[in-house]
Amino acid sequence: MMNQSVPSVRPKSSGALLDVDNLVVEYPVGPKIVHAVSGVSLQIARGETLGLVGESGCGKSTLGRAVLQLRRPTSGRVLFDGQDLTAMQGDALRLMRRRVQLIFQDPIASLNPRRTIGDIVAEPLVIAGVKDPDKRRELVYEVLSAVGLDPTIVVGRLPHEFSGGQCQRICIARALILNPEFVVCDEPVSALDVSIRAQILNLLEEMKVRFGLTLLFIAHDLAVVKAVSDRVAVMYLGRLCEVGPSEQLFARPAHPYTALLIEAIPVPDPDVRPTETVPTGEPPSPIAPPSGCRFRTRCPRADQRCSDEMPELRAVAPGQFVACHHPLI
Amino acid sequence: MTANTLLSIEDVVVDLPTPRGNLRAVDHVDLTVGAGRTLGVVGESGCGKTMLSRAVLQLLPKKAKLSGRVLFDGQDLLQHSPEKLRRLRGRSLAVVFQDPMTSLNPVLTIGTQLIETLQEHLELDDAAATRRSVELLAAVGIPAPEQRLAQYPHQLSGGMRQRVAIAIALSCEPKLLIADEPTTALDVTIQAQILDLLAREQARRHMAMILITHDLGVVAGRTDEVAVMYAGRVVERAPTPALFKKMRMPYTEALLAALPRLDTAPHTPLPAISGRPPDPTRPLPGCSFSPRCRYAVARCQAEKPALTDAESREHQFACFHPIEAHAGAGA
Repeated sequence: MMNQSVPSVRPKSSGALLDVDNLVVEYPVGPKIVHAVSGVSLQIARGETLGLVGESGCGKSTLGRAVLQLRRPTSGRVLFDGQDLTAMQGDALRLMRRRVQLIFQDPIASLNPRRTIGDIVAEPLVIAGVKDPDKRRELVYEVLSAVGLDPTIVVGRLPHEFSGGQCQRICIARALILNPEFVVCDEPVSALDVSIRAQILNLLEEMKVRFGLTLLFIAHDLAVVKAVSDRVAVMYLGRLCEVGPSEQLFARPAHPYTALLIEAIPVPDPDVRPTETVPTGEPPSPIAPPSGCRFRTRCPRADQRCSDEMPELRAVAPGQFVACHHPLI
Repeated sequence: MTANTLLSIEDVVVDLPTPRGNLRAVDHVDLTVGAGRTLGVVGESGCGKTMLSRAVLQLLPKKAKLSGRVLFDGQDLLQHSPEKLRRLRGRSLAVVFQDPMTSLNPVLTIGTQLIETLQEHLELDDAAATRRSVELLAAVGIPAPEQRLAQYPHQLSGGMRQRVAIAIALSCEPKLLIADEPTTALDVTIQAQILDLLAREQARRHMAMILITHDLGVVAGRTDEVAVMYAGRVVERAPTPALFKKMRMPYTEALLAALPRLDTAPHTPLPAISGRPPDPTRPLPGCSFSPRCRYAVARCQAEKPALTDAESREHQFACFHPIEAHAGAGA
């Protein structure tokens, strides 16, 4: 049921719930401009999970926020269920926001420390105009039970009484209470311990089925992304390098950057000696990104063409697209 | 304690007074590290791994109570005067923390901080200390080291700052380096570079290392021995290959199983460990892992299992129903 893979990066049909078209986000830092997202296009089909991976500063969180219009994009369009969010203002946007939600990395910081869990989880209902307190209470109890918390115990308590994993359950409950269609999960498990991380990943998968969600799952950990995603998009310095079905992308990466990311993951097996990494340095600044392919300064395959010409995303295998002049496949 | 043992931690207990009562952060831990060897200490937040390293460094919070013995190079650190300890730290006992900004001074240049450390412990004049600083920065892979001396920490990326922190830690050729989650704050590509750097410098200098991490993947390829901690205690310790070949403690097994892996298909439910670690101010009478353990029986709740030998004295686990025994009973 989750394999409604999109046949092309830019399908002609309206099969996509979310259609991001040539999105650009730039913002000034003093006299300079940060090129956070530079022309990203992607689609997410209804019921699909798209994983978005990349290193810190690659623009993946900015992209997630720009999709939800929490940061207004500089240019480009974001079609949600056929409607352009970038053209919406005021009430229309507020109404639309009930259908889209966001879960953050730091669950403790995203809960108001002075309000009870019951109030925190009910707040979206208050904003949405659900006036009947009994109805609100019923919905709060229902969603808290769904995320594995006992509502009778937790509603009267404050966030500091809960662990990081429990706070993330509360954040998930708050995100789901308005029955959204689309949820952006921005590094939802990177602040959690290994044993708790697995619980929350399993919970997100359960909730996706139960609430019929479509997810944009942002993370820097490739194994975490693979565990939950139907397709994966790899981002580097504001641009997409590669998009493809999860299994295929990890089995046969086409972009040298995807391959580098996979190689760098420590494997919990002492027989697998860590490969002495190629001295590939660090990502350049998004204030002055390299010409042509932005990865070329760290790429073992780079040549003159890579600095002269920006590679466009093109198909290398069914469903797999790469932006590289010298792909691995 | 054998001839080439560099560090011996014996029956160390760390108690921290809190408003909720006493918190036993480290609960009767025994560990040794041989000269030039690497010990991985693995555990989740709150398991006591950082407090154990602070006990070795004698950098515990003021109110903490510490007992046991910490023998370093044959001397009991707990008997040292503060002045003697201060001379030891940074000289033969060095540390790298998770966040390099906590160990680097934001208002001093990289050069000042390196030269200060060198001159504090070694008798070097300014020219020699500067020369040595440039060599160290080059050794840890920092481009244009001469120019870096005049820069401040905020002018460097997270990975570069961690390289500087490592350069300072290595500056006086320590015998033991304690690396406390040195790559947790860094991206995966930078993590691999930093771990490679630590391994290379360690081999070159024949330095011992304690690598503290929550990631079993990090210890697998880069340590000689592993100690797994849970709720303040060592629950399993073994040479790294032996541990991954045959885990005995259910917690170690569960921790490894809960890791998402690249070789499993998407949407495969992860074998999560239910519940969470016990409240450290409310110690349990039995095995601390028993409330979350799928093999636990009545005895596990009533009685604390001691570390016992597996096939060899090098491999020990604290469990009444270790993995193999259980599999046998179920067959």
